[in-house]
Amino acid sequence: MKLRYPALGLLAAFAAAQAIAQNTGDSPGGDSLGGNSRANPGIQNRPGGGPVKTPDPRSGKEVYRQICQACHMADGKGGTGAGTIPALAGNAKLGVAAYPITVVVRGKGGMPPFAGTLNPAEVAAVVTYVRTNFGNNFAKPVTEDEVKRLWVAPSASDH
Amino acid sequence: MTEDKEAGVPTRRQLLTAIGRAGGAAALYQAMTALGHAEPTQFKGPPRLSGAKKGASVVVLGAGLAGMLAAYELRKAGYKVRILEYQARPGGRNWTLRGGDTFTELGGATQKVGFAPGNYLNPGPWRIPHHHRTLIHYCQAFGVALEPFIQLNHNAYIHSSNAYGGKPQRYKEAVVDFKGHVAELLAKAANQKALDGAVTAEDQAKLLEAMRGWGLLDKDMAYKSSLRVSSQRGYDRAPGGGVNGAPTPSQIAKLSDVLDPKVWGAMNTHLGYLTQTTMFQPAGGMDMIGKGFARQVNDLITYNAKVMKVAQAPTGVTISYQDLPSGQMREEKADYCVCTIPTTILSQIDLQVADSMKAAIQAVKYSMQVKVGLEMKRRFWEEDDYIYGGISFTDQPIALISYPNDRMFSKGPAVVLGAYSNGAAGLLLSGMTPAERIETALAQGAVFHPQSYRKEFSNGVAVAWSRVPWMLGCTSQWTEENRARHYQNLCAIDGRVVLAGEHASYYGGWMEGSLLSALDAITRLHKLAQEA
Repeated sequence: MKLRYPALGLLAAFAAAQAIAQNTGDSPGGDSLGGNSRANPGIQNRPGGGPVKTPDPRSGKEVYRQICQACHMADGKGGTGAGTIPALAGNAKLGVAAYPITVVVRGKGGMPPFAGTLNPAEVAAVVTYVRTNFGNNFAKPVTEDEVKRLWVAPSASDH
Repeated sequence: MTEDKEAGVPTRRQLLTAIGRAGGAAALYQAMTALGHAEPTQFKGPPRLSGAKKGASVVVLGAGLAGMLAAYELRKAGYKVRILEYQARPGGRNWTLRGGDTFTELGGATQKVGFAPGNYLNPGPWRIPHHHRTLIHYCQAFGVALEPFIQLNHNAYIHSSNAYGGKPQRYKEAVVDFKGHVAELLAKAANQKALDGAVTAEDQAKLLEAMRGWGLLDKDMAYKSSLRVSSQRGYDRAPGGGVNGAPTPSQIAKLSDVLDPKVWGAMNTHLGYLTQTTMFQPAGGMDMIGKGFARQVNDLITYNAKVMKVAQAPTGVTISYQDLPSGQMREEKADYCVCTIPTTILSQIDLQVADSMKAAIQAVKYSMQVKVGLEMKRRFWEEDDYIYGGISFTDQPIALISYPNDRMFSKGPAVVLGAYSNGAAGLLLSGMTPAERIETALAQGAVFHPQSYRKEFSNGVAVAWSRVPWMLGCTSQWTEENRARHYQNLCAIDGRVVLAGEHASYYGGWMEGSLLSALDAITRLHKLAQEA
């Protein structure tokens, strides 16, 4: 278990303290994850009461289970209501690794970016996992370096 | 004041009244701000729009609070209004689940709520700050009864797995110990001359006096267990009557426990502008507000309408939508469109607007909260632990449990909010099946009430907002960068279309944001229509 503090970078401890300090409103600080993990404006409606700990994912499969399947479902099939959460299962768009890497790092539509919540190694692991499961067969593993080339540092919240 | 009157000098109140009469509300507000009054809300009363051009029409997309308020005020102004709503109910995220309700999330899991009559879960909004004047104004106008929401309860718990040996502490104990230890340290620093360059001797004397009084320090400026400290943090043996009435003090906790982030995190939450007392909730469930709004505009709503396309031309707008029961495509035409569809959905709809607005819609991200309602057979938190409403916080993924704020002392089953997870914890719980979320909430919430939590559990319901079919997310999120680049483009009227909702406000995820956004959007739209 570790605190999933915002911005696990060089200044992790400082950034975490700062992010929590900003959350004098209603924010739990450490469990922020929308927009990007540092974007946790105190003005938003949040549980409050300080940071929350979540298990530290150790593999692409665990990242998928702990994060991705919240929307894309355990079977990778997504779903459709008023809008659609795209299926990752049997998805030809995953063939060019840069596409899923970019979506995970930067977000897309309502999906938040995960740079900062996940580190480059975790992004590489989960993209590799998705590309080799759910009926996808893109065997070439995604490397941490590939992810770093497409990395966008998380930006600050506006409150 | 009497003297002022006699001397012909107006009182502050008289001055403000005169300014208000002469210059109207805006001038009054400006003057009040200049005279040192804070402005606690941007709500200046209902918009009082009037004189719409004969036959002018507006189609509103979405029957949440923003859409219904827009429709209500625009109809009053004289517009012909229609609302298209995806769901079969009004209210949007203003939503309450009760016994007998059924909810199917994306992925197909269906939950039938088994709560007893009168019990409920508010999966979305659940509390209203006292300064959210727009919402409170319309609640009063539409006959929605509000009751206190107990945000701060000194007798509720905080729990951290890294402090106090993992044992929950009463909020009052943790907070009193925190300020006691901090006061002692600050006094020590001052007495060791560590503040000499920064603080004058006179202020240091005042500071020491403040630390002694505020921190409940003893004559040696130490924070120690005593009856005086117990007068805030509570006693081992509370005061009684008669021959054996003497109280005994409780034991303070050590500094390293008190410094845990859950302690000051909870303190900061209770100091937050949006979560400080007094807060309110509608009696009987949050959807009383949505129902109150719907009483005003229900005749305007077409339910089960899935918007597929928003087209506009110099002559008007055309909305293409699917009538869900029949599957048929239909059209609604109007002069203007107020679109309150959340951007998770709107970003996937064929929308004829400028690229700048499309980019803004793409830029808004959403958080993925989870709430779990657990029905317990009796109010053991009241009966056994003397906790009446309020919130206990934990560093586990459930983040908190919140006790019912109504019908205290009643017998029979009651519902606790068993999880309100956000961020990584929200995603973690969202990825579970509803049964797994409920099991997680039981396992983690039991830390507060180990004897009773599982034993008294009857049934539960778990809502993961990422899987709510009509939302695909919970609340909008803006980064500083996105706000600077896209917010004005999101709010600006594009031809005959204007967006509204909490995503077009600075109150992300709060009902007040939806309403203020709607009032601003229709006020600008009305002006445009009048000038057209």
